Amino acid sequence: MFRPMRERAASATLAFSFDGQPLTGRAGDTVAAALLANGIVACRETPVSGSPRAPYCLMGVCFECLVVIDGVGNRQGCLVPLAEGMRIETQHGRRQFGEDAA
Amino acid sequence: MVVIGGGVVGGAIALGLARSGASVAILDEGDDAFRASRGNFALVWVQSKGFGMPEYAIWSRRSADDWNGLAGILKAESGIDVAHSQPGGFMLCLSDDELQTRVDGMRRLHNQETMTNFTYEVLDHAETKRRLPAIGKDVVGALYSPHDGHVNSLKLFRALREACVRRGVAYRPNSAVETIEPREGGFSIRGAWGEIRTGRVVLCAGLGNARLAPMVGLDAPVKPSKGQVIVTEKTEPFLHNPMVTVRQTDEGGVMIGDSQEDRGFDTIVRQPILSVMAERAVRMFPRLAGLNVVRTWSALRVMSPDGFPIYDQSLSHPGAFVVTCHSGVTLAANHVLTLAPAILAGTLPDAVASFSARRFHVPAHA
Amino acid sequence: MIAIDDISALSSHYDLVVVGAGPAGLSAAARAADLGLSVLLADENPAPGGQIYRAVTTTPVVQRDILGEDYWLGAGIAARFERSVASYAARCTVWALGPDETSPGAFELGLSLGSKARMISAAQVILATGAQERPFPIPGWTLPGVMTAGAAQIALKSAGIVPAGRTAIAGCGPLLYLLAGQLAAAGTEIVAVLDTTPRANWAKALAALPDFLRSPYLAKGLKLMAKARRSLRFVSGVTGLAAQGDRQLSGVRIVRGSTAETLACDTLLLHQGVIPSVNLASAAGCALDFDETQHAFVPRVDAWFASSVGGIAIAGDGAGIGGAESAALRGEIAAFDAARKLGRLSEAERDRQAAPFQAELTRRLRGRRFLDLLYKPAAQFLAPPADETIVCRCEEVTAGQVRDAASRLGVTGPNQMKAFLRCGMGPCQGRLCGPTVVELIAQTRGTTPAETGYYRLRPPVKPVTLAELAALPPTDEATKAVVR
Repeated sequence: MFRPMRERAASATLAFSFDGQPLTGRAGDTVAAALLANGIVACRETPVSGSPRAPYCLMGVCFECLVVIDGVGNRQGCLVPLAEGMRIETQHGRRQFGEDAA
Repeated sequence: MVVIGGGVVGGAIALGLARSGASVAILDEGDDAFRASRGNFALVWVQSKGFGMPEYAIWSRRSADDWNGLAGILKAESGIDVAHSQPGGFMLCLSDDELQTRVDGMRRLHNQETMTNFTYEVLDHAETKRRLPAIGKDVVGALYSPHDGHVNSLKLFRALREACVRRGVAYRPNSAVETIEPREGGFSIRGAWGEIRTGRVVLCAGLGNARLAPMVGLDAPVKPSKGQVIVTEKTEPFLHNPMVTVRQTDEGGVMIGDSQEDRGFDTIVRQPILSVMAERAVRMFPRLAGLNVVRTWSALRVMSPDGFPIYDQSLSHPGAFVVTCHSGVTLAANHVLTLAPAILAGTLPDAVASFSARRFHVPAHA
Repeated sequence: MIAIDDISALSSHYDLVVVGAGPAGLSAAARAADLGLSVLLADENPAPGGQIYRAVTTTPVVQRDILGEDYWLGAGIAARFERSVASYAARCTVWALGPDETSPGAFELGLSLGSKARMISAAQVILATGAQERPFPIPGWTLPGVMTAGAAQIALKSAGIVPAGRTAIAGCGPLLYLLAGQLAAAGTEIVAVLDTTPRANWAKALAALPDFLRSPYLAKGLKLMAKARRSLRFVSGVTGLAAQGDRQLSGVRIVRGSTAETLACDTLLLHQGVIPSVNLASAAGCALDFDETQHAFVPRVDAWFASSVGGIAIAGDGAGIGGAESAALRGEIAAFDAARKLGRLSEAERDRQAAPFQAELTRRLRGRRFLDLLYKPAAQFLAPPADETIVCRCEEVTAGQVRDAASRLGVTGPNQMKAFLRCGMGPCQGRLCGPTVVELIAQTRGTTPAETGYYRLRPPVKPVTLAELAALPPTDEATKAVVR
């Protein structure tokens, strides 16, 4: 959906994955920006109807950019900086407890 | 008939009256009312209730037993499934002292006469874990009773309003009542909105009953008891049974509660209580630790001096009734199915004879 | 500036805590530190600037003219703050603000940083939480591919990315034209600017025109508008919008009076002005009033930006929309008053030092009323007429459901609506539905937003986990209230 503008300051490239697919992003970007820049259309499905949603406000207000980051669900992608090796996944509906659930 | 108060208690009485054929109006406050119906924990709870008044245990049990029927009626009359279930409730204990206190309380309760028909079990950690695999190691044991259940109390609130409206009940918001005057065998009810005349009036105004009751020769010395509640984001189903401290709603959120404070009408949410409740909930169910809190609130329970309901008809002004309790959800089935028809008939049922406020004016036995 | 990146590095008490690192917060914190106060500035973003100066110290945009001169003013404000001795906690959320029970008159704040929460206290608090875009509920606005114009601007400023395909921009207000110009300059294919400014607004705004003609807004505004109009396809008089697509945006249906057309596009950017972010202020008990001109709930403040809660001031757009330059001035003025309240400045000294900032603020705000009146959204974009339009994006509550409950079930306000329909109960805590729910209730019941009221908000106003809450210190009293 988004693409880098023609002239952009150089920055380190970070490797991450989205739903298992290997992608790269720019160091300094948020998770939500990195997903947009990679053409990811939807980042979650709602817990109410299962409809797809994508980042909407990018300023921490709307909670539409919720994703699973390194196994932790419902994180606001627009407030989390991308990090090397991050495992990002679609938030399917309700929060899951994850592997560490006691 | 006029019902003053449009919460779960007023809605249940109004629906029961309308189902029995009465023409009913509800006078309610506005959006900023103290509204326990918006803030309660949604339990249909029996165990642990009734020490000092076994009739309350019996009354609660009767409502819990009738709740399935009420849920069916609400579905039929409003189209809303209020998510009622009665899977049995637990009270989890985090120390031997807590468990002992609970067990002692249950023994005292059941030592009362007429309490023979109530089932409960005391469970150790292993047995609790067998029934609730998600509990943490700090849970030393639990009390369990098969009579306990829960609902979605906001859906209940809405279903009552919807059913009332469909039955032709006139719901009048922004109609806070200032005065009730007995007049010509009936009552003149006034507020900033105007006046309404009625032959019979039922006070279901929660904490407002304390002020209104004396206007018609009734007594409802209720006071606020503050409770704070935390609710988390929606998560996968893991807990079907209700508990007084933690429950999962049908939508997936986890409610955490059961604080009790006397702070008058103060409804500020305070961190120390949230923290104590959160800490205990996480020890009960460690998987909750990472969940985000989406909302907290505080609500005011409507507490009588002994904690039991007040049901009365005015002796000086027959036709004026008061209905007040802090368990409007548990008792909703009784209110719709038993109490409202009796009010319409003009006489309160024997089952509630002990709930008259006259009990507060009789010298207590030593 | 002292950077705080671990919550344990915070002091347990500050003279002043400022929330939000936009122009108001940066200016307030820098001024207060210069006046000798111990200051913490807490902000949830990774870098200072707020939204208007988003990423001004870190942006990858190299061509300065793309973002315009006004944006780069923020660099000066951030640099001044960085030279101050204030503490700065980035990526730190403030989720609670209330009275400090152990110290009358002081405040307790709940903060979260790096997945750890902490309570600290402050003698004075300045909320500089800024603004958010006014909700723009149209059919299909939840489809991927639809986002706010502000979001596209944030993506541009902070990540140097732009919409990749055919992009339509719809709505009204100065930011709309600014963004259209910025995106076009950055290489986005803008297929149309769909202007929803109601034609009737011109007549209402005319009375405020003389002030506007003498205001600094004028030159800037005309420049923006002219630049956008020269190069882009402008469609004015838009009276209806609907985003279309199956699981993803494919086009936008545009209604102009009695005619309708569908425009294919890959991205639809929506904007109809900004409104104060009131959640933290409201949860702290600050009174809100409905401002008819700005058509929004606005915290009640005095000339020093003190709220109805003594000791809490609200600076910047959070106390009514005034724009970035005004926000910085308001931050300065609030800081002088905080210093006076703490006894560091006499009243006379406060007045003397603040006077030039107040004069400049008056000048800056001249003309604001004209913009507010001209760009007041049309009724159908405040309260969507199509029943199926989603109003609460979190709980997926529609306009039709809200209207039905307001008319048939006698729901007179947003708090009862929330109990009946769950609108406002999701993670955004009503930020994206509150204004619309109020508008729909008011319209249905024939009342006003002022009479209808707003959601009662409670902490935490930002996400905090149960584990974080659980790790905070209890009190004996609290334990007794729970373990009975």
